[in-house]
Amino acid sequence: MPFKRYVEIGRVAMINYGPEYGKLVVISDVLDQSRALVDAPGRVRDVVNLRRLTLTDYKVDIPRLAPKKKLNEEFSKAGIEDKFKASSWGKKLAKQANARSMTDFDRFKAMLAKTKKNRAVRTVLNKMQKTAPAKPTKAVAKSRK
Amino acid sequence: MVKPTKPATYVASGITSVGRSKTYRRRGLFALKKKNNGKFPVHKKAEKPAPAPGKPPRFYPAEEVPKPLSHRVVRKPTKLRESITPGTVLIILSGRFKGRRVVFLSQLPSGLLLVSGPFKLNGVPVRRVNQAYVLATSTKVQLPKLDLSKFTDSYFKAAEAKSSKKGEKEFFDQSQAKKKELSAEYVNNQKTLDAALMPALDAEMKAYLATSFSLKDGDRPHLMKF
Repeated sequence: MPFKRYVEIGRVAMINYGPEYGKLVVISDVLDQSRALVDAPGRVRDVVNLRRLTLTDYKVDIPRLAPKKKLNEEFSKAGIEDKFKASSWGKKLAKQANARSMTDFDRFKAMLAKTKKNRAVRTVLNKMQKTAPAKPTKAVAKSRK
Repeated sequence: MVKPTKPATYVASGITSVGRSKTYRRRGLFALKKKNNGKFPVHKKAEKPAPAPGKPPRFYPAEEVPKPLSHRVVRKPTKLRESITPGTVLIILSGRFKGRRVVFLSQLPSGLLLVSGPFKLNGVPVRRVNQAYVLATSTKVQLPKLDLSKFTDSYFKAAEAKSSKKGEKEFFDQSQAKKKELSAEYVNNQKTLDAALMPALDAEMKAYLATSFSLKDGDRPHLMKF
């Protein structure tokens, strides 16, 4: 199967390490086999090791070493930030960040909500099981005799 | 305002670049003299105590009496952690009540924290705890006006009754063992405090305080927010 995501100029990537974890950057230039010059709106362009980047499906149409103005324009035009947030990957990150920011009391409340939900599910399930027709496993048991 | 004096410049160590007369001008000592009617101000000599009447003792004391060293240590009051304010929910980390969530009431002069479960919810009575053995959460309870004047450091000390030494016989004779009963006053104090505290807690908060804290699978306490 061919690759779908390449390290190339304009490729959007997510930083997967350190305090900037989860931020989106655009590859502005590829320096060598392991490093790229990355840029993003509101960020100073700098070199990042490719191991610290995770490539996304998105691409921005920019030339090599695009000026900030051009980058900002293309980045917002492509709506990268919104697209990423709407993707399941972005949602997962948001969920993780939310879980991390929960306080002890929040965790307790979440626990209560979860038990409440599970109880509701269980009662409905039990009802369904009671009214459900006989299980096919009985027939198997008979045939064994 | 007195003009600050320029520091002397040295030609070599101990030899200033200008002489005595110029230094006098530089330091502005004339002004000082003028202010004090042509004389330099002098500290008054401390008056010597008058010699004691009568003869001095003929003998020195034979035995040396140890003189206690002067203590100049000032005991600073314990600094309360910034995250702990009256009404903060704390998690007790050690001792009999470890894992319990309690409400912080005030800090006592000894530096210990005055906390209460409330007793009705989780069985933690009004108690003193060291703030080192406590985890402050960011959850706060809006405390009503409470009368905490009864709960002083000595209040808790009095509660510890002196244990009389038991002999072997008494130790093995379990029939004699009585359950310690709390004084009616102690119980009453707890009840009145609980009654004052309870209205400040909503149902969710009550349930929260009633459950104790523990780490679950996959919990990473250093990364958790409290």
